[in-house]
Amino acid sequence: MTKITFIEFNGTERSVDAENGQSLMRSAVDNLVPGIDGDCGGACACATCHCYIEGPLAGKLPEIGEAERSMLEMVEGVTAASRLACQITVSGDLEGLVVRTPQSQH
Amino acid sequence: MSANVVIVGGGHAGGQAVASLRQGGFDGDITLVTAEQSLPYQRPPLSKAYLAGELPRERLLMRPSAFYEGAGVDVRLGIEVTGLDAGRRSLTLSDGGQLTYDHMILATGGRPRPLPCPGADHPAVHYLRTIADVDAMRPRFVPGACIVIVGAGYIGLEVAAVAIKHGLRPVVLEMAPMVLARVASPEVAGFFENVHRGAGVDLRTGVAASAIEDRDGKAVVVSTAGDRIEADLVVAGVGLLPNVELAQAAGIDCDNGIVVDAFCRASASGVYAVGDCSNHPSRLYGRRLRLESVHNALEQAKTAAADICGKPLAYDQVPWFWSDQYELKLQTAGLSQGYDQVVIRGNMAMRSFAAFYLKDGRLLAVDAVNRPAEFTLAKRWIWDRKAPSPQQLGDDSIEAKALAV
Repeated sequence: MTKITFIEFNGTERSVDAENGQSLMRSAVDNLVPGIDGDCGGACACATCHCYIEGPLAGKLPEIGEAERSMLEMVEGVTAASRLACQITVSGDLEGLVVRTPQSQH
Repeated sequence: MSANVVIVGGGHAGGQAVASLRQGGFDGDITLVTAEQSLPYQRPPLSKAYLAGELPRERLLMRPSAFYEGAGVDVRLGIEVTGLDAGRRSLTLSDGGQLTYDHMILATGGRPRPLPCPGADHPAVHYLRTIADVDAMRPRFVPGACIVIVGAGYIGLEVAAVAIKHGLRPVVLEMAPMVLARVASPEVAGFFENVHRGAGVDLRTGVAASAIEDRDGKAVVVSTAGDRIEADLVVAGVGLLPNVELAQAAGIDCDNGIVVDAFCRASASGVYAVGDCSNHPSRLYGRRLRLESVHNALEQAKTAAADICGKPLAYDQVPWFWSDQYELKLQTAGLSQGYDQVVIRGNMAMRSFAAFYLKDGRLLAVDAVNRPAEFTLAKRWIWDRKAPSPQQLGDDSIEAKALAV
């Protein structure tokens, strides 16, 4: 289990114990974290698990893939910190990761 | 005593309704009744990774069983609702039990349309909707087997792609003159026909199955073209019938689905209908729609839950769909029906393009193949009722980012 903190757009913080080996999107959905939808179930088809990850741990994330990059390209509110949570696998390296969710996933 | 909710149906919509009710602060009793033997799971992988044997069953679940325990949900697996009395707000169950409700969410989904030809009850004939369906066809889904797929919609074409990858010999029969006839334009349909034929699929359009005969345990599919095709496995993907019978028998308004308002409320008090079984008013397209999609199932479940939680928010969404075939990702946003212009951006031969559909200049829909940026952009433009310049849309030398209206 790895501790991950999600911060909603309105500032509400919620820490979850995420299962290693699962995607960050799954961890959020399983723990009822608002702001991460994951409509397509992790097929990198919908971009409804858009989130922002900054800080020192961002460097430990798996590199952004081609599908994820082009999916993010046109998403509303995209920044240099944008990622799709379905493309990130939770591991012990990410202990203490802070994930911010956008105002909306549409 | 706080109110209770009974959810009938355990597909995407039923599963999402549970989550959204708790997320919205509903603290009354929730009962989820599903005819299936599984907790709510992802259906899209059934015709893709699950059929290919690349995804274990546990990974299909929308949420783990601990979630339902934590949410205090009374889950009744393998139970059908056999009767509904909308006046008394009571349900009769297949195990003889009874339930009463303050709110009920009908998330009954649909069932595959049966193959309308003699011999369709042959044991080699299968449908694809549930985990059990895929498990049942798996012993016949083996390398070298001849598989006849009736219907070239999303399901049929996805099965054909997996069959090729898996070393089967697929024959696809499509009654319409082109594949994806209900949803795609001739341009996009033609592209997918070429891809499948190029991959080795024996694709026959304008041909239906007129009968299924038996030859020593194998099925012989007799086509309307007069051919007889011996098959180890027949998979029929010829549409979905919405499960409206329960509602209909209770006197709830149905017309190609259970008729609901913008808040997913059906005609009987306390009753909601969401997902494939519901027929809702679309603000975007100005007509009633019954959609068969994951996105619609999830969003309608959220809409019903929000209303129950006292935070009503009208359903107003751009429909969207996706399909994975071979290395192609097709993403569709909007509905193209009624378009008067199609603009192709990109290169079909390079398998990377987007087809934009316009009507009177307004963007109605997009089919994007390996073009996620165009898909995302178009989805937003469809929502904003934009009328982009066809000339600019078609100019692939302009980056998607730089497109503007």
